[in-house]
Amino acid sequence: MKSEHLYNYILGIADNSLILGQRLGELCGHGPSLETDIAGTNISLDLIGQTRSYYQYAAKISGENKTEDDIAFLRLERHYKNVLLVEQPNTHFGYVMGRQYLFDVFHLLLLQELQFSKDETLAAIAKKGIKEVSYHKRFSGDWIKRLGDGTPESTAKMQEAIDDLWPYTQELFDMTAADTAMAQKGIGVDVSKLKESYYKEVTDLCELATLKVPQIAYFSRGGKKGVHSEHMGYLLADLQYMQRTYPNMQW
Amino acid sequence: MTLTQINIDTHLLPILGQVSDPEIPVLTVLDLGVIREAKEKDGTVYVKLTPTYSGCPAMDVIGDDLKIAFAPLGKKVEVELVLAPAWSTDWISESGLQKMEIYGIARPLSESADKDVLLAGAKKVICPQCKSTNTHLVSQFGSTACKALFKCEACLEPFDYFKCLK
Repeated sequence: MKSEHLYNYILGIADNSLILGQRLGELCGHGPSLETDIAGTNISLDLIGQTRSYYQYAAKISGENKTEDDIAFLRLERHYKNVLLVEQPNTHFGYVMGRQYLFDVFHLLLLQELQFSKDETLAAIAKKGIKEVSYHKRFSGDWIKRLGDGTPESTAKMQEAIDDLWPYTQELFDMTAADTAMAQKGIGVDVSKLKESYYKEVTDLCELATLKVPQIAYFSRGGKKGVHSEHMGYLLADLQYMQRTYPNMQW
Repeated sequence: MTLTQINIDTHLLPILGQVSDPEIPVLTVLDLGVIREAKEKDGTVYVKLTPTYSGCPAMDVIGDDLKIAFAPLGKKVEVELVLAPAWSTDWISESGLQKMEIYGIARPLSESADKDVLLAGAKKVICPQCKSTNTHLVSQFGSTACKALFKCEACLEPFDYFKCLK
């Protein structure tokens, strides 16, 4: 392989979109209302579309005879590099929107930097993604406000979701070896520098939504190193079902 | 966007004009502005196609439809997906916008008006059925990634609005 760091860097970004896209896809036909059901699957489609662009590029530079599907479906759990946040389950709609918003804010900050990457393909994918992700963030942010500043029950449920998901946020800003190598070359983004803007934006919205920002000292991490939460195996079992049952089947 | 800017061999235009968008069949791929380049060389047509949205499933179908359209002429088609520059609703032709409205989809507004209706509930989208602007947003996401769902208060019909993308 020409550039192992670049390959891993692409997967680090793409796996977040794949896994979150899969989580949202699980809601297809099960959303709390028709409109939110359609919104969830629309966002899922955008994320999986972005994932395809990244994986196609990764497959091309892998130097092996790989396809985007091999990368999506034929890896083992430890080889997925997504953060723990995106694999958290759809416990209730407050969790779905909380997870979405906490990721969207990071995602947009990342793409806004990645669009200036020296790598033309990554810059192009990022530029296209910015338009889509801004829309996602508006949607999820609106729901945080509506549920947070809603009825006593919706406030309590939204607060519960934010409290439970907050410990997964710091991992977003951890630098992997691939991150560091690619940031030095002007290809990747130094995500550790996005932390301040991220927490400021999220905190401001929580205040607007009358939600308390959790004050905690311990944060969970591991997804970027392939050490996932107990939910990941079940998610992959669903995602990979077809390829594991009928190896090499194609549409 | 004019044809000279998008670099299409003129003799290919009549065939390309027969290939429609699978989601909005009244629009051809030329109306939609997704064909960025089409050149013929040694019996093969090389097409550069750009997606409206990253995950747009219509792209795979359009690729197949292009192959089918050129097959009777004995021409092969090679499709390449290009992402930059990113597609914009400005690339939809005026005749495309008119066909879209007749079909029942409201045309994209300007960027600032689009924000007003999608974020602030402004009544600016024109109902494609009765032409009233007494319309409201039902959902920011519609039947496809490129559309939002609206309802007209005057004629009570629900309809799709093609979101402005720049």
